[in-house]
Amino acid sequence: MKIKSKIIDEKGLERTLTRLAHEIIERNKGIESLAIVGIKTRGEFIAKRLAKIIGELENKEINVGLLDITLYRDDLRTLHEQPVLKGTEILFDVTDKSIILVDDVLFTGRTIRAALDELVDLGRPATIQLVVLIDRGHRQLPIKADFVGKNVPTSLNEQIKVKLKEVDEEDSVLIVQLDED
Amino acid sequence: MPITSRHLLGLEGVPKEDIQLILDTATTFREVLDRPIKRVPTLQGKTIVNLFFESSTRTRISFELAERRLSADVVNFAVAGSSVAKGETLKDTARNIEAMKIDMVVVRHSSPGAALFLSRVVNANVINAGDGTHEHPTQALLDMYTIREKFGKLEGLHVCIVGDISHSRVALSNIYGLQIMGATVSVCGPKTLIPKDIEKLGVRVYYNVEEAIRNTDILNVLRIQLERQDRSFFPSTREYHNYFGITKEKLEKAVKPITIMHPGPINRDVEISADVADGENSVILQQVLNGVAVRMAVLYLLGTGEGK
Amino acid sequence: MKILLKNGHIIEPHSGLDLLADILIVDGIIEKIGTKISVGASIQKYELDGKIVAPGFMDMHVHLREPGYEHKETIETGLAAAASGGFSAVCCMPNTNPPIDDASVVKYIKEKAAKVKNGLVDVFPVAAATKGREGNELSPMMELAEAGAVAFSDDGSPIENSEVMKRAMEYADMVGKIIIQHPEDRSLTKGGVMNEGFVSTSIGLPPMPAIAEEIMIMRDVMIAEYANTRYHAAHISTAGSVEIIRQAKKRGLKVTCEVTPHHFTLTEEVVRSFDTNTKMNPPLRTQEDIEAIKAGLKDGTIDVIASDHAPHSFDEKEVEFLEAPFGIVGLETALGLAVTELVHPKILSINQLIEKFSINPRKILNLPVIKISMGEKANLTIIDTEKEWRVDVSKFKSKSKNSPFNGRILKGKSCGIINSGIFCL
Repeated sequence: MKIKSKIIDEKGLERTLTRLAHEIIERNKGIESLAIVGIKTRGEFIAKRLAKIIGELENKEINVGLLDITLYRDDLRTLHEQPVLKGTEILFDVTDKSIILVDDVLFTGRTIRAALDELVDLGRPATIQLVVLIDRGHRQLPIKADFVGKNVPTSLNEQIKVKLKEVDEEDSVLIVQLDED
Repeated sequence: MPITSRHLLGLEGVPKEDIQLILDTATTFREVLDRPIKRVPTLQGKTIVNLFFESSTRTRISFELAERRLSADVVNFAVAGSSVAKGETLKDTARNIEAMKIDMVVVRHSSPGAALFLSRVVNANVINAGDGTHEHPTQALLDMYTIREKFGKLEGLHVCIVGDISHSRVALSNIYGLQIMGATVSVCGPKTLIPKDIEKLGVRVYYNVEEAIRNTDILNVLRIQLERQDRSFFPSTREYHNYFGITKEKLEKAVKPITIMHPGPINRDVEISADVADGENSVILQQVLNGVAVRMAVLYLLGTGEGK
Repeated sequence: MKILLKNGHIIEPHSGLDLLADILIVDGIIEKIGTKISVGASIQKYELDGKIVAPGFMDMHVHLREPGYEHKETIETGLAAAASGGFSAVCCMPNTNPPIDDASVVKYIKEKAAKVKNGLVDVFPVAAATKGREGNELSPMMELAEAGAVAFSDDGSPIENSEVMKRAMEYADMVGKIIIQHPEDRSLTKGGVMNEGFVSTSIGLPPMPAIAEEIMIMRDVMIAEYANTRYHAAHISTAGSVEIIRQAKKRGLKVTCEVTPHHFTLTEEVVRSFDTNTKMNPPLRTQEDIEAIKAGLKDGTIDVIASDHAPHSFDEKEVEFLEAPFGIVGLETALGLAVTELVHPKILSINQLIEKFSINPRKILNLPVIKISMGEKANLTIIDTEKEWRVDVSKFKSKSKNSPFNGRILKGKSCGIINSGIFCL
């Protein structure tokens, strides 16, 4: 696997998240009934950072929930390795909330499909809006993000690698070339 | 790290990591059970048959709930009204069921080794829901889950199993599972219901309940099977209750509160008095709820991922 | 018909005969024993290269299943298995359907057996000791003996009632026959399927304690002593049983016993597999029991090795452990197991092995002991003690394949028997 380019660095990530936070507040006309739900693993940390920024901007705590979509995946029958369950942790009622669903990369759209199904099973949100850090294209389902950090056209033999300090050594977004078999 | 076996036939010799994985996975499913829609699509398209050659309301309902909450297609096969009553063997039944392209089989049978036998003649994943007096692994797993939920650990705890140890698959699975997880296990009951050489399994034997209570954190009280009384393993249920029944009076002699478990169904005021069964230290109803989560975990771990 | 066996190691323990020689057999009779017998080219010659030539072996505990259970075994397939295993004679047990409690059944078996390969394998029926093998009324022993029964037993079931046992022993003794007991106190083994102990506790299978066997043997020995009769305990399996018989013999009682190859080869540990071919009655015991059995074989406490050949069809055994019938086939592995487990480890000499397979059973049953000398009928078992082979149940002549020894490597095999003028390789 070889790194082709770094498209966002630490400072850039901070700026992107701040911009996204402003957009979310603006479009929702405040944060009344807003709740943020991050998709595990990296969506979790982006969600928490967004919540922190939004909370500081509005001077009010915002609910954060975490979603593990494993049980809703559509490839469980065919997966070679069994995914480890990390657990969904949403301690508030999603019904009538405006849910800001957060993930790091939007690709085929299948993860978001699973997340939507799970959210709907948890209650009846007023709206669900999708935030992604990177949209790399190649959708397989009719899904579109409401807020995008950066649109990055990619080819299928490339991968987007989002690194976050919480789990990786640094904050950055990389395009890497997949090994050819 | 995936589970190391295709089947769950017993807990004897199961790697500690597998038990840990099942218990950890059950935590996720325990959360699902608190949702308004207690159902996930995880096993959509999988067909599971519950093969019950012995009547068991609780275990069957618990498995069926677990299966339905994972969105599996469920077929129930009970002895009454089936071809087993007409003399069809377990092997024939299993082969027929497999011809119907079943993915997983949950089996309850009166013969020890029946689940193992089944796993040898069918390709489906086999889960032992109790094979005679051999093992009942999911019961022991839910017992361990319940203990872990209350104490935050299993290692270092002392569990005493009270009752008919000789004829108990629950006792055997608990002994194996708890020991693998680092707990200490003792058994207590009339000598006629303690199997020969059980000390060689590393368990301490008590014939006196008060003495057993003094040295334990948890009492797992087994059901006295009144139907076995034709062989007179003890003189009467009255005498059993007086000397081996778990009562408030006996528990009051303990230095610390003792957690009370029972795999059900309870003979109230035989092996356990009603006030203890319903008392504040009883986790009997949690066991029932956790049973569904643990069974979901087992079904999930065996039913997904092909790299095993 | 003339047969010449060249360079056989002839052993006849009871006469002390032990030499390397040729044997010329003419029309089933030993015509000549000597070195370098030369004959014309028209004679069948077999080079034995020093393989052992012993008096014909007898398995005194076999279930031929006919009449009544021909899906498990027939007299024809059972005798083919016996011949293949090196036995020129078998005793067949009476738990057939109908049981051998009537002279007509004895005659039926004998007539049928005589037709199988022209009587290659001699069949000596053991008739029921009680009517219907129910343990209540004595069977017509005099009539049965006259028809050809060589002993009496309710095998498969013990004779539980002490009074019935005493009368059976007395009555049989009068006829010059012996009672063979299946020693088991059934009140202690109810529902049991394996030995009671650590393994049964570990895997939850209903147990049968060793004392169930020992109590019955102890009682029987006391009855035999009181009634002053002979007594033979079938398939003993525990250290305690060996000791009871040893003490009885020391006191001069006319008590004998047999052991099966599986009881000196396998322990209860193999039952952990839940393989129904490890389910037999008496059950497999512990290593300590095996050691005691070996000591008993060595010091003569145990007189006979018998297979307790108990064929069951494939589908009868391929069921859950509790439902499976007890018993395994043994005719085709008995000799190999005995040589492998007893002769090579020097627990028994080859002479002792021959005693336990040929001489002692015939003595116990009051049958003439086989002699290897000129003018005698040729009744021989030829053994290659060095032959290594793998047990393959699919090659068994027996109709049933229920053996826990499939795939096992054994050292020692029968290479043929000669009886009734027929040489069967």
